[in-house]
Amino acid sequence: MTVPIQVNLRFFASVREQLGCSEQVVTLPSELATVGQVRDWLILRGEVWAQALSHDRSLRMAYQQVMCDSSEPLLCSGPNHEIAFFPPVTGG
Amino acid sequence: MKIKVQAADFDVRAELSALNTAQVGALVSFVGTVRTDDGVTHMELEHYPGMTENSLAGIAQQAMQRWVISDLTVIHRVGVLRAGEQIVLVAVASAHRQNAFAACEFIMDYLKTDAPFWKKEHGPDGARWVDARSSDLSSLDRWH
Repeated sequence: MTVPIQVNLRFFASVREQLGCSEQVVTLPSELATVGQVRDWLILRGEVWAQALSHDRSLRMAYQQVMCDSSEPLLCSGPNHEIAFFPPVTGG
Repeated sequence: MKIKVQAADFDVRAELSALNTAQVGALVSFVGTVRTDDGVTHMELEHYPGMTENSLAGIAQQAMQRWVISDLTVIHRVGVLRAGEQIVLVAVASAHRQNAFAACEFIMDYLKTDAPFWKKEHGPDGARWVDARSSDLSSLDRWH
């Protein structure tokens, strides 16, 4: 049984520009258990979200500032949750 | 070990002198610069503060475990960079050159695929986000 958690969402680069938003605190419904499910839940918010987080693009995710894939489980305890969505990285 | 993410430029000579070179026979450094292809005038480098530093430190630590390294430095710049400017420095000090060359390449290869930096190029046709290259991912194969 999971409880609702507050999560800080972060968006970078083209994803940030598409959403017009770099950071947002949201309360997740308790049934969401993985980072991928958070993405799918955000996609339901509307056209802009559906495009920015689309499964047709290659999108990277990080949980607690560590790169992860969509099956990454959300921890049930602790106040500081951070999930980030961004395009593949291009440093160097 | 020194890991820095900064807006300011860096002095390669000063950074190399600052490395701990006790029992060192080899110093290998790599400097990446802003390309001047396609009339690019400048670029913006965005990053994910906090995660960036941890990611670079993690890559550097993996290199330290894999090769015998005396010291290393990774500096990556962020913000607005003009064509030709320095972006990144990786410098590795080791007793033998094979270790230093390999560790330097390893760090750059993983930095390109794992460290959360994004480049936006500005040129005659406006601004565009640089696409990730699949060749960067495949160059990791040699380390497996």
